[in-house]
Amino acid sequence: MDKDKKIKRRDFINTGIRLGIGAGLGAIAIGLTSRSVSGKTIWQIDPSKCVQCDICSKACVLQTSAVKCVHVYDMCGYCDLCSGYLRSNAKDLNTAAENRLCPTGAIVRKYVEEPFFEYTIVEELCNGCAKCVKGCGSFGNGSLQLQIQQKLCVNCNQCAIARSCPAEAISRVDHQSPYLLKGFEG
Amino acid sequence: MLVLVISLLAFNVIAIQRFPKPEFESGYQVPATQVAKVQSVVLEYLDLALFLACMSVITWLIIKKRSRRAVFWMSVFSLLYFGFYRNGCICLVGSLQNVSMALFNPEYKIPVTAITFFVIPLGFTLFYGRTFCAGVCPLGAIQDLFALRPVSLKPWIRYLLGLIPFIYLGLAVLFAATGTDFIICRYDPFVGFFRHNATYLMFIIGGALLLTGIFIARPYCRFLCPYGVLLNLASRVSRRHLSIAPGTCINCRLCENACPYDAIDKPTGLGVKNDNRELVKKLIVYCLVTPALVVLCGWTVSKYHEDFAHVNFKVRLAQELMTLDRKSETVAIPAEVTTFQASGQQVENLYKETAAIVKRFYTGSWIMGGFIGLVFGLTLARLTLFRYQNEYLANKGNCLSCARCLPYCPVKGE
Repeated sequence: MDKDKKIKRRDFINTGIRLGIGAGLGAIAIGLTSRSVSGKTIWQIDPSKCVQCDICSKACVLQTSAVKCVHVYDMCGYCDLCSGYLRSNAKDLNTAAENRLCPTGAIVRKYVEEPFFEYTIVEELCNGCAKCVKGCGSFGNGSLQLQIQQKLCVNCNQCAIARSCPAEAISRVDHQSPYLLKGFEG
Repeated sequence: MLVLVISLLAFNVIAIQRFPKPEFESGYQVPATQVAKVQSVVLEYLDLALFLACMSVITWLIIKKRSRRAVFWMSVFSLLYFGFYRNGCICLVGSLQNVSMALFNPEYKIPVTAITFFVIPLGFTLFYGRTFCAGVCPLGAIQDLFALRPVSLKPWIRYLLGLIPFIYLGLAVLFAATGTDFIICRYDPFVGFFRHNATYLMFIIGGALLLTGIFIARPYCRFLCPYGVLLNLASRVSRRHLSIAPGTCINCRLCENACPYDAIDKPTGLGVKNDNRELVKKLIVYCLVTPALVVLCGWTVSKYHEDFAHVNFKVRLAQELMTLDRKSETVAIPAEVTTFQASGQQVENLYKETAAIVKRFYTGSWIMGGFIGLVFGLTLARLTLFRYQNEYLANKGNCLSCARCLPYCPVKGE
């Protein structure tokens, strides 16, 4: 009899606590839903804020960064003397390794017609170091821009690059407009 | 395959260019800029539905079917799907950071999926125990496979190590609530295996945890997981927790060593009951000590609030700006400082913002320290509590509902 009573009291207390926690959870869920986003958000770099500091290539949780250089061809001047492709002290305007700026050789230079050259990024080789972006931006049109490639990005809860970005250029954007390229509207 | 070619016709903003786009005479066509498409948002909700289904199935398997084999295969499925296929990044453990960040930062827009992932396992646990830990959590599943030669730990070691998750939880909430960092995600030990991609150090930590797990079963779940703390507390008041015997326990002792997680409470002898007065005295002492511990721990942790605050990007930046004048010119100026100076923002505003953040850290570290002190005190007080029990029972808080003990029980259903 005494034992039964005791067990009932324990059950009663447990039920009370359970209902309390349940109500608390419900309150948190409802309270937060009112200021939530229903769609999917993804990380992206705003090129107008980017300072080409080379942290993107190192800070990503992936060993080869999900940040890649993207070429907006429409902004490109097709220059022979490309400041994104060639080093500033390059002796000749050719594809020799000592003249090239890209440390991984990820930019392909192709002759189009006199005096224009086409530049293509090989995404598999690009490591997001932003050397070409800096070069193109400071002397050229700024057609090379860093972007997070969404098929590579694992969409971490908190982007490791965003945490270390000195310009706070990385933020969450809506998945329907996943790229923030300058001078380009998708 | 996933490449989306965006129409050039939509291109209408032309910035003033130093080198205008050439007019080609050779008939060269300007290629379209290529960017990869984003995974559809539908998949996100599909995952949510699948997750709900998994939770229901595992709970049914544990509570109704009582089948260890089925639980095992369910956990293998979760490991393969949520772990290796979805790369471990619908992480329930991490969702508590999103929730605490949203609670303290009204401007943060929390995804609906994060709220659901936070609430659903807790809801299930309130009614059926930690079924989520048993077979849905990929972090748990990968460790469960490694629990090959589990050894029993002495209770004092378990109590002592069991305090770590509370500290981890406190730190995680502190950093998330101040909008600084998500440390649970940052130091997730197994996500590197799931995506076959991590730093050397993370592989070492993850590998070490898995190897430890051969002897000390599920070390992350028991002695680190911050979400496990919440589930543990919720599970203690659960309504229909897994019971070892389907009917009345006959004290046959067959299940005694079945649990790799030391989560089976043995029957207490009657002898201990005689010391009741002594225990009550101790309990009173601990109840008095607890508030003192709360204040002491709160004070101690608050002493370190500036160190915690340094994890915050803005605080670090302000610190660097302050020390900049004192540095000799030969020292390289960090990129964030030059960026800040180039952006033309007011240093005073940054300092004001930083002061507010540090103040939040001060309050937060008092609360966190107090919380840890409270946990210490209650753990001590609990040691003195004696609850008579005459059967083998699963410890509702620590039991991970893995159902390993069930095949050992000779009692058939009621």
